[in-house]
Amino acid sequence: MKPPKVAFFDFTCCEGCQLQVANFGESLLSILEIIDLVEFREVMSEKWDGVYDIAIVEGSITTPHDVERITKIRQRSKTLIAYGSCATIGGINGIKNNFSLEEIKKYVYGDSAQLFETLPTRPLHEVVEVDYFVHGCPVYPPEFVEVLKCALSGLPYHVPDVAVCVECKFNENVCFYEKGITCLGPITRAGCNSWCINNGNICYGCRGMVSNPNEKGFQEVLKQYNIDLNFIVKRMDMYNTCRLKQNLQGGIQK
Amino acid sequence: MSKSFNVNLEYLTRVEGHGNIVINVRDGSLEECRLEIVESPRFFEGMLRGRSVFEVQHITSRICGICACSHSLASIQAAEDAIGFTPSEQTVKLRKLLMDLEILDSHILHIYLLALPDFLGVKSFVPLIDTHNQTVKRALRMKKTCNQVCDILVGRHVHPISCTVGGFTKLPREKDLETMLELLEGMTKDLEETAELMNQLSFPQFERDTEYVALVSEDAEYPLLQGSAIGSSEGITVDKKDYQKVTNEFVVPYSTAKRTKWNRESYMVGALARLNLNYSKLHPKAKEVGDALGMNRKITNPYLNTLAQVVECFHCLYHGMDIIKELMRDGINYDEEIVVGLNEKKSIPVKAGSGVGAVEAPRGILFHHYQVDDNGHITDANCIIPTAQNLQNIEYDMRKLIPEILEKDEEEIVHRLEMLVRSYDPCISCSTHFLKVSFVK
Ligand code: SF4
Ligand code: SF4
Ligand code: SF4
Repeated sequence: MKPPKVAFFDFTCCEGCQLQVANFGESLLSILEIIDLVEFREVMSEKWDGVYDIAIVEGSITTPHDVERITKIRQRSKTLIAYGSCATIGGINGIKNNFSLEEIKKYVYGDSAQLFETLPTRPLHEVVEVDYFVHGCPVYPPEFVEVLKCALSGLPYHVPDVAVCVECKFNENVCFYEKGITCLGPITRAGCNSWCINNGNICYGCRGMVSNPNEKGFQEVLKQYNIDLNFIVKRMDMYNTCRLKQNLQGGIQK
Repeated sequence: MSKSFNVNLEYLTRVEGHGNIVINVRDGSLEECRLEIVESPRFFEGMLRGRSVFEVQHITSRICGICACSHSLASIQAAEDAIGFTPSEQTVKLRKLLMDLEILDSHILHIYLLALPDFLGVKSFVPLIDTHNQTVKRALRMKKTCNQVCDILVGRHVHPISCTVGGFTKLPREKDLETMLELLEGMTKDLEETAELMNQLSFPQFERDTEYVALVSEDAEYPLLQGSAIGSSEGITVDKKDYQKVTNEFVVPYSTAKRTKWNRESYMVGALARLNLNYSKLHPKAKEVGDALGMNRKITNPYLNTLAQVVECFHCLYHGMDIIKELMRDGINYDEEIVVGLNEKKSIPVKAGSGVGAVEAPRGILFHHYQVDDNGHITDANCIIPTAQNLQNIEYDMRKLIPEILEKDEEEIVHRLEMLVRSYDPCISCSTHFLKVSFVK
């Protein structure tokens, strides 16, 4: 059997998730033995004009050109993996959606603002069909390996739909709420092995919210610790603006 | 020579981010030559408004995954400067170690995975897996080591977790220090071999003297994390607070990307600029290597930026190991471990103010500048990345280079130009305020 043709693409993002691949070290070579890496602009000049068995796509969609490009990539790909928070939930780029586009353009580019186009930030699945999701900013390498295995063998991958708190407890961390500090762990989907909390920081919600967050329970926690709801919303809109806004506006148009 | 051709190279590869090269030669004379930036704008400066200085580093490190630690460190410096907080000596030491690791990691990525294929006549590292297996393995091994050490120090390299405003949320234990040192010591042999390999390559000949800009310091240390001022090869220095006197951002009529210039028509930042300004302050081990590679003089060939990176790798590795040894000798004060969310508890006093952070990111000097209100919320932000500062200089290089190589065939010319751009190791994904360029036909 011929090894599957795999390609990486990047849209609006920091390219950090791609870099996670280079960070695999020598074990990257064993991955390269079973796939045929045909395009990866960040580290390769090679181009491929056939069909991609797997397209791994990083970044969010923020310009009309992005829309065109991702649509073409989707047409040429059998399987499409949204790779990293920018791609799966809009990520940090979503903060832009908290401002009026005209205003933020002017702020950054002044008089030259009219020279270029920008759209509200969207994750990939709001523009094209996505087959697999690898959440995280950056992606958690062990999870990426899992997803890649599933994609290569055509099996589904189920993103954990429990809160980061579950992993955090397994790791025996002292809960931040007990220290009087807010953490987004209770509403954020697990799968990163509570990466940030293990390193003394709080969860910022980079993997997006669990599909059915226990809002009532969370509100009670906030009440118990006397935390202002606005404070938490402000923190949530660091990664989850796209979803928050979608709920408020009753869905974003394609 | 009456050669005519057009080059329209879309999507430069093996650089971070999206850029194009456009060239137009008519009857042997260069009519048009541009490095275009087509990265989708991300509006970071706009997005920072209203965010707390205590979370801003988390956002700004996402400007770039390749130099996430530099962005974090510049951001923290600006935030701390704005609210009037002075970090402890131990914190500064650990931040310097982080800076060393980042430069080491990023340079290795560039030297091996982005630049080396050019010298070996291939399109990427992939074919090298068969032809130069040991070399590829060495590169991946070194990258992995940097990454592992970063994991121990700050949780991960791509978007560090534990290094925040105020200090570190988790400090390395004794065992961690030992492991980090062992890992880095294990890299010394690979790095020696890297220098040998680089010594065998023949770099394109090309000279263009320009202005070189980097942080400078009054003390004996090679300034990476914090210099006392911004210096120029023209013999001028300014306080880092006055960074705008250096960058002088401007727009050129034929291209809308923001450019910078200081005392001459353009300037260069990065490894080569740092070496040209601060060679004598390099770690002795790096000087030894630099001397052997012939880098101990003023270098005006931009292609040699890659060699300057090799020299800096030695500096960062040995300087980093020295820091770890010092920490092992003196012990770490764990009382300094900070708890995030300090802002909620207001344990670090906050006042309104303005702060500038300036660090030497792998690709050159990086500025973050914040205005903060009484609540520690950002009211104004400005970030100027190294690649923006290099753009104008790259174009001047191209303009001087093209007439010199016009007799070569087109493919070779394009390749030379790509190599030139690549030698600057541009990081276009960082683009915080590049503008999209429209094509001039
Ligand atoms: S998800 Fe985060 S790490 Fe990945 S590309 Fe986006 S900003 Fe970078
Ligand atoms: S620290 Fe955060 S993730 Fe861990 S249990 Fe507490 S709320 Fe959940
Ligand atoms: S702990 Fe939260 S912010 Fe950190 S990686 Fe996991 S989901 Fe992302």
